[in-house]
Amino acid sequence: MAFRHEILEKNVILLSIMTLITISIGGIVQIAPLFLVEQTIERVEGMRPYSPLELAGRDIYIREGCYVCHSQQIRPFRDELERYGHYSLAAESMYDHPFQWGSKRTGPDLARVGGKYSNDWHVAHMIDPRAVVPESIMPGYPFLKDRPLDTRDIAKRLAANKAIGVPYTAEMVENAAADVAAQADPDSDGADAVAKRYPKAVVADFDGDPKVVTEMDALVAYLQMLGTLVNTSKLTLKDVQQ
Amino acid sequence: MNASSARAGARAAEVYVEDVIRAFVIATMFWGLVGFLVGVVIASQLAFPALNLDLEWTTFGRLRPVHTSAVIFAFGGNALIGSSLHIVQRTCHARLFGGAGAGWFIFWGYQLFIVLAALGYVLGITQGKEYAEPEWYLDLWLTVIWVLYLVVFVGTVIKRKEPHIYVANWFLLSFILTVAVLHIGNALALPADWLSSKSYSLAAGVQSAMIQWWYGHNAVGFFLTAGFLGMMYYFIPKNAGRPVYSYRLSIVHFWALVFMYIWAGPHHLHYTALPDWAQTLGMVFSVVLWMPSWGGMINGLMTLAGAWDKLRTDAGLRFSVAAVGFYGMSTFEGPVMSIKAVNALSHYTDWTVGHVHSGALGWVAFIVFGCVYYLVPVLWKRPGMYSQRLIAWHFWVSTIGIVFYITAMWVSGIMQGLMWRAYDSLGFLQYSFVETVQAMFPFYVIRALGGVLFLAGGLIMAYNMWRTIRGDVSAEAAEPARPAMATR
Repeated sequence: MAFRHEILEKNVILLSIMTLITISIGGIVQIAPLFLVEQTIERVEGMRPYSPLELAGRDIYIREGCYVCHSQQIRPFRDELERYGHYSLAAESMYDHPFQWGSKRTGPDLARVGGKYSNDWHVAHMIDPRAVVPESIMPGYPFLKDRPLDTRDIAKRLAANKAIGVPYTAEMVENAAADVAAQADPDSDGADAVAKRYPKAVVADFDGDPKVVTEMDALVAYLQMLGTLVNTSKLTLKDVQQ
Repeated sequence: MNASSARAGARAAEVYVEDVIRAFVIATMFWGLVGFLVGVVIASQLAFPALNLDLEWTTFGRLRPVHTSAVIFAFGGNALIGSSLHIVQRTCHARLFGGAGAGWFIFWGYQLFIVLAALGYVLGITQGKEYAEPEWYLDLWLTVIWVLYLVVFVGTVIKRKEPHIYVANWFLLSFILTVAVLHIGNALALPADWLSSKSYSLAAGVQSAMIQWWYGHNAVGFFLTAGFLGMMYYFIPKNAGRPVYSYRLSIVHFWALVFMYIWAGPHHLHYTALPDWAQTLGMVFSVVLWMPSWGGMINGLMTLAGAWDKLRTDAGLRFSVAAVGFYGMSTFEGPVMSIKAVNALSHYTDWTVGHVHSGALGWVAFIVFGCVYYLVPVLWKRPGMYSQRLIAWHFWVSTIGIVFYITAMWVSGIMQGLMWRAYDSLGFLQYSFVETVQAMFPFYVIRALGGVLFLAGGLIMAYNMWRTIRGDVSAEAAEPARPAMATR
């Protein structure tokens, strides 16, 4: 007996089930293997969870909607290599819940902005972008420097990330609030512990105000680590083969 | 209004739930104006950054989700829910399942979602995923509303007095079902604390990117396409007084569209860290998708065969037809941009923004305008819109606005893409990034101007709607109908 579409047109439940099956195929084929195939994420050295101060900075980056104008995903083209650096690896965003690759470059890509500018430059740029780049169309964020960073729930934020797969240790969660303060104060007792727990973390008084850890400190700490964890100059073809 | 249509109107009011639909139509107009206005504001911020005001609540980064959510989910969403509840009752000859009570709950529940989401964006509460910015507690609330909407819709279809389910309802059903699946799949997240507005998505990095664009592209495919195709399949035949052109074509393009759209997401991730096999799959299906998309366009346009003269007299129908034309154009441009070689140039530039707006303004907004111009007289029992001339003005002002918008974005997008990859004779990059930003200025101004025109068209429409609802009759309508001047 030939299939008759009429059957579906007369039964809304059958029509719904057929629709659900039809839409599920593509999604399953494209999404499931990304979790199952091991080569999806390169095995490279250097990746670690965000330090508490960096995570707080990343949360501010998300809060302010930076991703609507800045990408964090360098494509493997000659001009992008020269402008931004080595193309982005899947491993480099493996602890990003959610990803912040972006879809638009109203401003430049930030995947490897870490270490390219000084802390002072970033602070001046955030307060008034046109003071350092006259042609810039970025909004100013002067309020970041005036606002103390709220660290009351930073341990909970680390714990939530731990619960969904970021390899934070119990020690990291426990010391989260102390590590925030220590990373923004190079002279503090905890500064060495931060550097040990989070290799390559930049320990500095980012905004030049030693009295208080501000949202500016957190955001600049995050920007200064972007793209610096994996040593791309030492990558071999075998490392990056997906 | 003559006696028989007055009787029909009175009968319809008894049989169908109409108050809720009226509320959805008004909400559509209101949120449309809000969304267009915020769009004009953020477009102007790109040309004149001082308009960001250095305040946290008014920066581009926080207002952009307000714009996208207001136009997609508030303007488009109210139009979709309202018109689908109208269409399902009329085509099934059945009163809304759950009655006015369920209808009002969906209405107010949805408005609450919109207001809380928008307030959250301004205050910096966001999941940081495009078109899926609302935080976990609002995602849960939307799920409740959406499931109720599905129950009401399916319940009404089950109550139908017609043996067949009308084609518009297939599209609307697939829209409601698929959006539910996408929304739940993409919103899975763990709150930092049950009292905290902050959450972290379950998926990370490359998987989170794939899930987000599986959602994001199908928000386009099912929210902004399948749902509005449902509208097209009701309002164009109604307005033209003709049956749908091809029943067989509607079956074929329905199943092809529903099957293929889901695969197209990875074209948002070309040349990224997403594995190549997924990118290639996304590209292939995006290109093939061109066919079912044009199947819908042909079915819509050919329905007018034999009734093209109505375009002269019915300005509302002009919107619907132009909408189908824009749909055909942007569903051709989309597959072209999904080809990796083209995408290498177009991605990250304004070309994408222009493409989105030729679909959003030309297709989505125009089909909504056509549907509202049809619905207002039907729902408020008026002989017609207050003024056909104002509809014609609206049509031309917005069309010129769209042309300004998309041509400016084509030029600026392609120019910026080419400037980024330009090398000088010594082999160095020719332009610094900020030089490419500077070059955008005139196009950002033209784009903002296009937006102002589109907003002006919306204001004309709101005025026309208000006068119609008040029951006014314009002088032009009172004139005796002129005989068509025969030049043939």
